[in-house]
Amino acid sequence: MVTGLAALALVSGAGLRVYARQQPVPARGAAPTLTRPASQSKTPDANGFLQRWLILEPIRVPAQLTDSAVQAAVKKEYFPDQLSVMPKDGDVVTVGGEPLVWHAVDTSAYNVNLFHFAYALNKPTSNVLFWAVTVVNAPRELAGVRLAIGSNAASVWWLNGVEVISLYNDRQAVIDDGVSKRVTLKQGPNVIRAGVINAGGATDFCARFLDENGNPVKGITVSLRADAK
Amino acid sequence: MKYRLIATAIALVVSPVFALDGDPGMHDPSTVIQAGGKFYVYATGGGLPVSVSDDGWTWRRAGSVMQAVASARADVIARGGNNTWAPDIIHVGDKYFLYYAAPGTQPKAAVGLLVGTTLDPNAPDYKWEDGGPVVWSDGVEDSNAIDPGVLRDPTNGTLWLTYGSYFGYIRLVELDPKTGKRLHPELKPVNVAINSEASVMIFREGWYYLLVTHGSCCAGGNSTYNIRMGRSRKVTGPFVDNMGIDMLQGGGKLFAGSSGRHIGPGHFGLLDLGEGVQKFSMHYEADLDRGGVSVLDIRPLLWRDGWPVAGDNVTEGTYEIESARTGTALEMAVQGVALGGGRGRGAGPPAGLGGRGGASAPGAPAAPSGPAAPAGRGGGAPQTPVPPQDAAAVSAAWPAGQVDVRMAPYMLQAQQKWTISPVANAGGYPGSPYFKITVAGTDRALASTPDAELVVLPAFTGGPEQLWRIDQLTDGTYRVMPKAVPNRKEPLALSAIGSSKPTLSTFRADGDRERWLLRAP
Repeated sequence: MVTGLAALALVSGAGLRVYARQQPVPARGAAPTLTRPASQSKTPDANGFLQRWLILEPIRVPAQLTDSAVQAAVKKEYFPDQLSVMPKDGDVVTVGGEPLVWHAVDTSAYNVNLFHFAYALNKPTSNVLFWAVTVVNAPRELAGVRLAIGSNAASVWWLNGVEVISLYNDRQAVIDDGVSKRVTLKQGPNVIRAGVINAGGATDFCARFLDENGNPVKGITVSLRADAK
Repeated sequence: MKYRLIATAIALVVSPVFALDGDPGMHDPSTVIQAGGKFYVYATGGGLPVSVSDDGWTWRRAGSVMQAVASARADVIARGGNNTWAPDIIHVGDKYFLYYAAPGTQPKAAVGLLVGTTLDPNAPDYKWEDGGPVVWSDGVEDSNAIDPGVLRDPTNGTLWLTYGSYFGYIRLVELDPKTGKRLHPELKPVNVAINSEASVMIFREGWYYLLVTHGSCCAGGNSTYNIRMGRSRKVTGPFVDNMGIDMLQGGGKLFAGSSGRHIGPGHFGLLDLGEGVQKFSMHYEADLDRGGVSVLDIRPLLWRDGWPVAGDNVTEGTYEIESARTGTALEMAVQGVALGGGRGRGAGPPAGLGGRGGASAPGAPAAPSGPAAPAGRGGGAPQTPVPPQDAAAVSAAWPAGQVDVRMAPYMLQAQQKWTISPVANAGGYPGSPYFKITVAGTDRALASTPDAELVVLPAFTGGPEQLWRIDQLTDGTYRVMPKAVPNRKEPLALSAIGSSKPTLSTFRADGDRERWLLRAP
């Protein structure tokens, strides 16, 4: 639900239950689960979760999570080449006259806590769209695998420019909530891109690749360069 | 003993009933608690509204808790805020501990404690003492200290509190059973789940179960609330779901979701009635039969493969009532008529001509005329379907007065099919009204007799000996009890004392004698 914002209505969501007016909450320090990457590449954790991402500071969007509203929100062009650009840490885009920065992060958890991310930057956490990008490097072509994600709340996901998952409505980041059809990871870099929309309260996502048996794909690494070897 | 097929069979004919009677409107109910022959439940709202029921079926408002609290609760309000939400209650020794959420600017919130010795608002000693804040969240940490749920560990008497709501973790602390306050406030709370709220633990056969509510609330029919769970061998977790996912990673096996006319179940509470009868309470975000408002409901709690399963209260329908002990079916003691007529083992004519395995008993009324004689076993042309047997087709041969009740192999015959119907304004029990049980297609009513036997009366007249309580037991079977047995005080249950003899006996949870299956006829 709504946090940190004035809200009178009984607004609901995968966040805070709201029966009364909300007031701004005090700022906090650095995101406790996120750090800047300190290496060129990173192996997924034991359960296959991708723990290195580039995340753009949040874009304000309407608090609507229906199928059509989410699709409209992620298909709207906020900055040039938003569905194809491979940003670098510190790159800045301008959205609605506001400069927004891409941040490279490693998460210490299975998920990426977007609330921690935005809150630490004194950015809004409710009624926002987060763009996240990472690169999975496959040692060889891996056919018949699936991208498996969870998100709080709605999200749309692309693999190498092809939309493969969409989750709508208010929801929690349940592991493997959304799973793609069988896809092929080509040898070398593969770009995963996500747009995650939060209406209020907590917001996060998790992502991994699963093999035919539903087990985490092994042998891949994660970097933040599409030209990585 | 497992009855895996029961849920499937019943699902064909059962859907959730109207959620309770009277005024069950509420949100975020506490565990339903019994005291002094009454049922009490507490909920979100100004002053923590109290609802009470004499039978667990019909509910009425009974003021608010805070009317009986003298203190200003300054410490609770300072740690959290002045709201009063989502309470939970437990009886420990001679005290009742009532925990409630006191959020301010979420996630700054606190769980407050109230201590009382009686739940009866009319009792002279009725009052609640402010026990202060038990746990709280400061508005920055990964916690939103609302939605308390309390467990008394039956293995050792320890007392535990879970709390939290979406922002950060569901957390666990140990409480002092003497005071209801934290036992070790110097220790950090244990994180046990994320992405949820309305947590509470229950215990059964060596497992601790953590039930939480996922999804969104407070949006009527657009609320996605659903109850999920994980389990652990230790009270402190890790709580893992059926797929091995830790609830700290968002895991949670579905326990109850939207169904029938009810959207968004949340805030699980265990109501253990003893003798193998467990129920659970929750609220629906939207009861579509009541204009979409939030209401309390109580439903059977079943167990299967080590997991709790949300049962459904019995609804009006026609059933075979089958003994779990004998496998034979309850029937009005009249001569049956074989469907489709009797058949010999080989090709041959129908009904009444004897032959192995298919003939009616000597002296039985002739079967209704049917289609032309079919081929017997092993071949012949396709035949016309035999219609179901209705009472109207065979009841002319039935006695007009009282008829005995017996059990027999279920043969799809009219005297073996029973219509179970709720009776208005006759009261009820937790989750359901009383039912009448009549031979399908007739008003002939099953009734108890003064000598604790059974009879079918010519017509239902509404007497308590004709009203039936039907509780689904934890294994999915049913306990069937008359509201009253004439001249007897003790409760009795429908019992199978032999393959063909039903009677009324004291319910024994340790066997199948008083367990029955309700099957689609």
